[in-house]
Amino acid sequence: MNKTVPKSSGSVNHPKITAKDLHIWFGKTHVLKAVNLEIGCNEILSIIGPANSGKTTFLRTLNRLNELEANFKISGSIELDNQNIFNIDVESLRKKLGMVFALPTPLPLSIFDNVAYGPKIHSIKDKNKLRKIAEDCLKEAYLWDEVKDRLGESAYKLSGGQQQRLCIARTLAVKPEVLLFDEPCSGLDPISTAKVEEAMLKLKENYTIVLVTNNVKQAARVSDKTAFFLMGELVEMDETNKIFTAPRHKKTEDYILGRFG
Amino acid sequence: MKRNPQRTEKIAFFILLLSALLVVMPVCLIIFIIIEKGIGALSWQFLTDIPRQGMRAGGIFPAIIGTIYLVTGAIIFALPLGVLAAVYLSEYSKDNFLTRMIKLAIVNLAGVPSVVYGLFGLALFVIFFKLGVSIISGSLTLGIMILPIIIATSRESLESVPYIFREVSFSLGASKWHTIRHVVLPNAIPGILTGTILGLSRAAGETAPILFTVAAFYLPRLPKSIFDQVMALPYHLYVISTQVPNVEEKIRFGTAFVLLILVLLMNLVAIIIRYQFRKKKRW
Repeated sequence: MNKTVPKSSGSVNHPKITAKDLHIWFGKTHVLKAVNLEIGCNEILSIIGPANSGKTTFLRTLNRLNELEANFKISGSIELDNQNIFNIDVESLRKKLGMVFALPTPLPLSIFDNVAYGPKIHSIKDKNKLRKIAEDCLKEAYLWDEVKDRLGESAYKLSGGQQQRLCIARTLAVKPEVLLFDEPCSGLDPISTAKVEEAMLKLKENYTIVLVTNNVKQAARVSDKTAFFLMGELVEMDETNKIFTAPRHKKTEDYILGRFG
Repeated sequence: MKRNPQRTEKIAFFILLLSALLVVMPVCLIIFIIIEKGIGALSWQFLTDIPRQGMRAGGIFPAIIGTIYLVTGAIIFALPLGVLAAVYLSEYSKDNFLTRMIKLAIVNLAGVPSVVYGLFGLALFVIFFKLGVSIISGSLTLGIMILPIIIATSRESLESVPYIFREVSFSLGASKWHTIRHVVLPNAIPGILTGTILGLSRAAGETAPILFTVAAFYLPRLPKSIFDQVMALPYHLYVISTQVPNVEEKIRFGTAFVLLILVLLMNLVAIIIRYQFRKKKRW
């Protein structure tokens, strides 16, 4: 796996996503506390931290999936391209922010229909167009060569790693601007993980990526910037190589070195 | 006496097995007795002829047709309404006073005795809506009776569709209805059909709800429209068993046999459809 050299300065990119003083509660539980962060265009931000630190909650707030939970409360603001995400209608917001879930989650459809599901929602009906999109997206997710002869088969016949790359292709098919990865490799073996990471590094050229991961080494391998969450607070965020070589906080260092978490 | 765990185990096993066998016995006996006593009455004429000589001879064709009409009508009415209500309850409703009232009403609907449905159908459809004693009144009454069954099983099968499928669909920018229409409902169909099968069997077999709303005592012809009366198998069975003297035993059991077969056939259709859908479902 090639280690990417992070860009020397993150401030070159204009911010794609900005969270300001973000607080989130589920009922009485204060899940995120005063989170401020910026995610630049075309960079990979890794969010690391132990369980229950609010990483996934943060991710699911960006595409407003948390709203589906009862007693979800939020204060502060999140902006996408300087526009408050709560002023964008939720369907077009989610179209812009594609998500890949922790476990492979193919829909109970064929491989082709899984990829075509998204474009069909956004009223692309033409068969040839759909086929072209499916091919392009499967190629982008490094899956095309493995499935091109069996697009009609059930997606559940694929291996776990292939299913996860299918989910990536499905997410790409709606032409998002940002990709949200929620521990995408937690259920995968090292080789499948390597393939997914390879796909991510390539995808960075065209997309902004937020990667929540429990695997600290994965964050080091793929991301430009890394944010460390602990108990709902953003402890620190910086260039990945700074975080991993000279973290400012003791807790960050302890977590990275595996002393807790 | 010392307790011997192995002996206790054996006794427990024996009692449990005996109970299970006792449960099977009535089913076998019912089928055996009905087939044994009724098979002699079965003939092409019995299935396709109208009743003759005050129902002591001839066939039961109008009653077969009547039951098919009534069951079909009840399903046409109850299936869409029940499924849509179930979708609302399991996908849209929030836990508030209104939802609790609706759920309470459905539970109560399931507990109403069937003869009360009959009286209700008489009052509402036959008299108030002036639909008369007719297939439509009977179908609607039966439909209301099987609504709780269909709603309960539909809700169960909607809720058994993994939540993550909905999240995936939402995350791709699908609206709630699109998600339900394209992801949730298709995967809930086998369970919904199970509810349909249960409702269908119940509707085919009930006598009380059709007693005042549609069933004709003796009508040796086919109905002309849905506003016509019709004979129906369960009621016909009741009539020839208790109201008409000197009906041969084999005609009575033959009628019961036909009713059983009819329900079985209708179930079979639903089971085949369900099987087709289950084959496609994989997760």
